[in-house]
Amino acid sequence: MTRYADRPDAIAALVRDTEIHKDCYIDDEVFRLEMAHLFANTWVYVGHASQVPQPGDYHATTVGDHPVIMVRHQDGSVRVLHNRCAHKGVMLVNDGGSGNTGRHFRCPYHAWTYRTDGTLLAMPLREGYAHPHFESCEAQRGMGAVGAVEVYRDFVFCRLNPHGIGFGDFFGESLSTIDNMVDRSPEGRLEVAGGVFRYLHRCNWKMLVDNQTDTCHPMVAHQSSAGTAVRVWEQAPAGTTKPMAVEQFAPFVSPYEFFEKMGIRVWPHGHGHTGVSDSIHAAYSAIPGYWEAMVAAYGADRASRILGEVRHNTVYFPNIMVKGPIQTLRLFKPLAADRTLVESWTFRLVGAPDALLERTLMYNRLINAPTSVVGHDDLEVYERSQQGLRSRAADWLNIARLYDPAEHVQPTAVTNGTSEVQMRNQMRAWVHFMTMSMKDGACAPSPAGQTRGMAA
Amino acid sequence: MSADAGHASAVLLAGRTDRELIDFVLCEARLLDEGRLEAWLDLYAEDGGYWMPLAPGQTDARLHASLMHEDKLLLKIRVERLRGPRTFSQQPPSRCHHLLQVPTVESRDEEAGVYLTRCAFHYIETRRDEQQLLAGWATHTLVDTPAGLRIRLKRVDLVNCDAAFGNLQLFV
Repeated sequence: MTRYADRPDAIAALVRDTEIHKDCYIDDEVFRLEMAHLFANTWVYVGHASQVPQPGDYHATTVGDHPVIMVRHQDGSVRVLHNRCAHKGVMLVNDGGSGNTGRHFRCPYHAWTYRTDGTLLAMPLREGYAHPHFESCEAQRGMGAVGAVEVYRDFVFCRLNPHGIGFGDFFGESLSTIDNMVDRSPEGRLEVAGGVFRYLHRCNWKMLVDNQTDTCHPMVAHQSSAGTAVRVWEQAPAGTTKPMAVEQFAPFVSPYEFFEKMGIRVWPHGHGHTGVSDSIHAAYSAIPGYWEAMVAAYGADRASRILGEVRHNTVYFPNIMVKGPIQTLRLFKPLAADRTLVESWTFRLVGAPDALLERTLMYNRLINAPTSVVGHDDLEVYERSQQGLRSRAADWLNIARLYDPAEHVQPTAVTNGTSEVQMRNQMRAWVHFMTMSMKDGACAPSPAGQTRGMAA
Repeated sequence: MSADAGHASAVLLAGRTDRELIDFVLCEARLLDEGRLEAWLDLYAEDGGYWMPLAPGQTDARLHASLMHEDKLLLKIRVERLRGPRTFSQQPPSRCHHLLQVPTVESRDEEAGVYLTRCAFHYIETRRDEQQLLAGWATHTLVDTPAGLRIRLKRVDLVNCDAAFGNLQLFV
């Protein structure tokens, strides 16, 4: 007996104006519906084009729990294919794998081959399929491509479903954060660089997304790490130069007032960011040579505007967070209702001094690694929340801080930085994209329904 | 040169014997296992550091990510945090155990007073009902100072350094 499948009303009832039902975080059926609907109807980050510079270059990853391969096709375009052999379902490439496949993917099981656009190229003993019955088989379609792909300034997104909201409509003005991160390169170009941290979390993926715009936890949860860093640093002899690590830790324990004033902005479809007028990334020391390179590329006025934008965390709904001023991207990969793999990626600003990448990598290591003291603070509370929500004493999480009924009719707005408005914004989008393909049952989460919905 | 002759010449040059270096490395791990972290921190030279690469065979700690790449200040922050009253991820605390192979002295520069040792390990870190096993090898660059032997760099290579991990909260 399912409680939520094909019941859009039941899904919508999980989200109130100021509360979220615990089933959104702990219920296995809700998780399966997220994979079938939410992650199929939204534009989900796949990877960065710099990971596949040459034809045949590929990177295997997941969209929700769905295995895909991002590959550079022979015509130079970036394709996103289902990572599944049409014969027996074997993944052509292991998850996380990357390399160059040449002109085709070859299955390691029976040597079926596919072009880098996903179409079936050949299989051994082909004459065995020279009968009319094979023509009506699903396998004819080959690996198949996802519903739609968009490459925005080298950031590759896909929508699994062939029909749905367009890329520009979905992201709208929120793309300004990606613009700003790319513009910080004097050449207007980013490259994935420096390796990726992969950090396993035993909690629901949305706890991580919620936390990105939760400005009232750093001074509490991170008192143990950032607060200790400040205290230890204060013991240093007077006149000692403040190390980069302390510059990065210290703003986490800024007072509530700082976070109130830095502001928060929300956009339609669940996107939003903290740090409108100020942020914890605003006061880093200048890096020699960078300003000069930016002025040479853009002129002083524009360089100043680019670097004056110090947005903190931008959530691209459903599951990434981008930090423009520090050039990181965190990808929250859902594994199960209570398991998430967090990938933290870093970018080189092409044409900028190496010291920028060094700073980016230090930030990522101090804050996002499985060895990070800040990460330890966060994961502890996520895991306690995942367990605590199983209590039958109450059913709802609270997201009421600075709620204003007017926000329902103001999809784009800037407000007090300690508002939980972005969490409310995300969950409204969650209901919309969870239920939009449930209405007529065409994409009901039955295996047959999913197949029809995904392939085109 | 026979092992005995090497030992004799080391003594003549007032260098450190293999035994001293080996004992130092064994003691370093024991301090961690016993939770004597302030004493452990004292083993590091003032310019000493701890490096745990993210990639097998990694040579660059600056422009490639590492699991840890910490100077003494960052190590001190870590040690103080572990004991903090509001360090909730250490309530209850983690415990660890190193099972070490006898270290080998890989190279010695007696004139400079710098020694390189290698020590393979199995490392257990445990908290509540969870226990994880990590394996690898530690490479210590030790330096002779007026205060005695000190660590200039401890490099920890995990066999599975590029795997996805949960929390690693203590020192391998």
